Amino acid sequence: MRSLPVWALVALFLPPSFAQHGYTPGDVQDGEGLFIGNCAICHGPEGDAVPGVELARGKFKHASSDEELSQIIKNGIPGTAMPPGNFRGHELTALIAYLRSMSAAPPETVVLGNAARGKAIFEGKGQCLNCHRVSANGSYVGPELSDIGVARRAAQLERSILEPDAEILPENRSFRVVTQNGMEVTGRLFNLDTFTVQMMDSREQLRSFVKKDLKEFGFVKKSPMPSYRGKLSSEEVADVVAYLVTLRGGNRQ
Amino acid sequence: MKRAILLSLCASSLFAQVTFERILGADKEPQNWMTYSGTTFSGRYSLLSQITPKNVKDLELQWIYQASSLEKFEATSLVVDGILYTVQPPNDIVALDAATGRTFWTYTYKPSPDARPCCGHINRGLAILGNVLFMGTIDAHLLAVDAKNGHLLWDTPVAKAESGYALTHAPLVVKDKVIVGTAGGEFGIRGFLAAYDVRTGKEIWRFYTVPGPGEPGHETWGGDSWKTGGASVWVTGSYDPELNLTYWGTGNPGPDWNGDPRPGDNLYSDSVVALDADTGKLKWYYQFSPHDEFDHDSVQVPVLADLEWPDRTGQKKVRKLMLWANRNGIFYVLDRATGQFLSGKPFVEVNWMNGFDEKGRPIRAAGKIPTEDGTAIYPGSEGATNWYSPAYSPRTGLFYVSAWAAYASTFFRIPVTYTEGRVYAGGWPKSYVPDGRAAENLREENEGFGAVRAIDPLTGQRRWEFKMNDVTDAGILATASDLLFSGGREGYFYALDARNGALLWKATLGGVIASGPMTYSVDGRQYVSVAAGHSLFSFALKK
Repeated sequence: MRSLPVWALVALFLPPSFAQHGYTPGDVQDGEGLFIGNCAICHGPEGDAVPGVELARGKFKHASSDEELSQIIKNGIPGTAMPPGNFRGHELTALIAYLRSMSAAPPETVVLGNAARGKAIFEGKGQCLNCHRVSANGSYVGPELSDIGVARRAAQLERSILEPDAEILPENRSFRVVTQNGMEVTGRLFNLDTFTVQMMDSREQLRSFVKKDLKEFGFVKKSPMPSYRGKLSSEEVADVVAYLVTLRGGNRQ
Repeated sequence: MKRAILLSLCASSLFAQVTFERILGADKEPQNWMTYSGTTFSGRYSLLSQITPKNVKDLELQWIYQASSLEKFEATSLVVDGILYTVQPPNDIVALDAATGRTFWTYTYKPSPDARPCCGHINRGLAILGNVLFMGTIDAHLLAVDAKNGHLLWDTPVAKAESGYALTHAPLVVKDKVIVGTAGGEFGIRGFLAAYDVRTGKEIWRFYTVPGPGEPGHETWGGDSWKTGGASVWVTGSYDPELNLTYWGTGNPGPDWNGDPRPGDNLYSDSVVALDADTGKLKWYYQFSPHDEFDHDSVQVPVLADLEWPDRTGQKKVRKLMLWANRNGIFYVLDRATGQFLSGKPFVEVNWMNGFDEKGRPIRAAGKIPTEDGTAIYPGSEGATNWYSPAYSPRTGLFYVSAWAAYASTFFRIPVTYTEGRVYAGGWPKSYVPDGRAAENLREENEGFGAVRAIDPLTGQRRWEFKMNDVTDAGILATASDLLFSGGREGYFYALDARNGALLWKATLGGVIASGPMTYSVDGRQYVSVAAGHSLFSFALKK
């Protein structure tokens, strides 16, 4: 249960009205990816960044039915910043599935602290840059966070800080290999095929291994990230979350 | 103990960084290929010698990387400490394991549909400094991308794609700057070279290859023709750290085939310019083809070599030279400290000029200009050679060039007016030799053929040649074991004996080779790599 990703949790607790729309957890998952890639830049990961619209609470200005939502996503809203979207059939279904799932499980209320203080904690006491990277600073070993504020919702960020093992995105799982002569290398996986493994080791070097030269290889179940529960106060966690929410890739030129 | 660990960590991270000192000392680590032509002297010569004339027959394909693009694959890869970086056209950067060809990451760039290059959505490669890769894009942006993970670090617009500007060559890093020049010579652009801060992408200097009002050379352009003078830059230059000069070849003046709208010599088109690397100020220039009307771009790679050359008294002294087999058919030797013309000898059939005056200016042959009815000119429009990388081996003392021999075009001129973003050419060339992709070859030898020609720079004489039936767009790699690697339009990749041109090995790669081969080694094993068709191939000796 603890290892289920958010979309699966959401899908488990979907009310009957949602199920009647006929969406599957797979639709919701696909929709989340499309939403983050295409919509969150304006609507925000919580769906509340456009005044008067709160996607996560089912509050739409111009639509209520799935059909109306679909039309708006396809055609945009003339005279507003909402552009027409170039989505195919399943992508539209998936996006609506995700919008409906957001409102079916409204976001937990997360306390946001002070972003400036959060940045100081992130770069100082929290030592987050030892593993993470923001813009051109920090380490390559952990997930890059330069635009994490677009990709993840505040509740997800808070949970990752307090319970890093609760949800590890597939692309962020650690990988470990042990060579025939006993050398152990753990790091970030780039590619895994039938015969070889490409990864970045904990010293930030790109490494490639041929599987027949390895004694063992596989994903590491636990996150290498420590829980900050008890290490940071709840105010400090709120500050760090507030800072992470501001990271939207804007520092890139 | 703790200190020891810390030191070793520092050492490892230092090793991973490509410093400019490492690039200048590239000969000390021949396992790597850290700049477009191998070193900043651009001889495309490697000290690796595991593959020899004796064992080259045992070369075996190790891996293929297939690009998901049907554009020509013209990039030369970089290899740093076992990681190979290349460009899948138009502008995707890929990081591969150099031993297995497997992918670490891909950076995808979508150029603007406004990009309108003359000759395909192509790219010739990357530069690296620190952990950062630099790429020019077909829509005229310069990008910095993190070599560790393929993330974009900065994106600087260099020029307007919709006016015909494009970046196609691999940038050149000099100290803390990355230098690029703009293509677009068929669109009436005003060419320039510019240097950008490697950290921020901010422009530090800009040198216009067509001088503006008040600048020396401006008088070589009649009327307002300088505004659309072309003189593009689309092949990577070289750098001499002792002189702190960076050398770049420039392209044709615009319009290409009708010189009437641009009376004068049209400086600095079809020239080599030597710029101060810190300021971009012009130190000297030499114009190969004044007032060109044959599209004889001088965008060849400037090859720098220090050779014994007789001084005025006839005494031989080591001199800083530049070796240049030009698209116009002449092999030149210049003094790279001063730009002095030292010698110029045809390396193919040439009929547009008859020797040089005492200052090294070509003496034009009478009547050899484009006309309404057409005039046959040797070499033809694609040139005696072109952007294909030549090689120079200090072991054999020979300069190697991919040549188009017995090759002519008939040049026709037509009236032309300039419209922004439209082709500005003023005519067209016609030839037996198709200038585009490979086709079935129906020509006789005297209608044009390709060859690798070995030239003795001291005499300008040809020492040997390796003939192909079809022409060649391939560069040449020379190694310290006296091997040459090259290819051609027929899709063969082959190894020649650098001393006499004997064919030692060949492989059929099934697609035009329009890139320069390079070599590297991983864990003591030497690889030779080349792009052909839409794929990158890497060979090594059988284990």
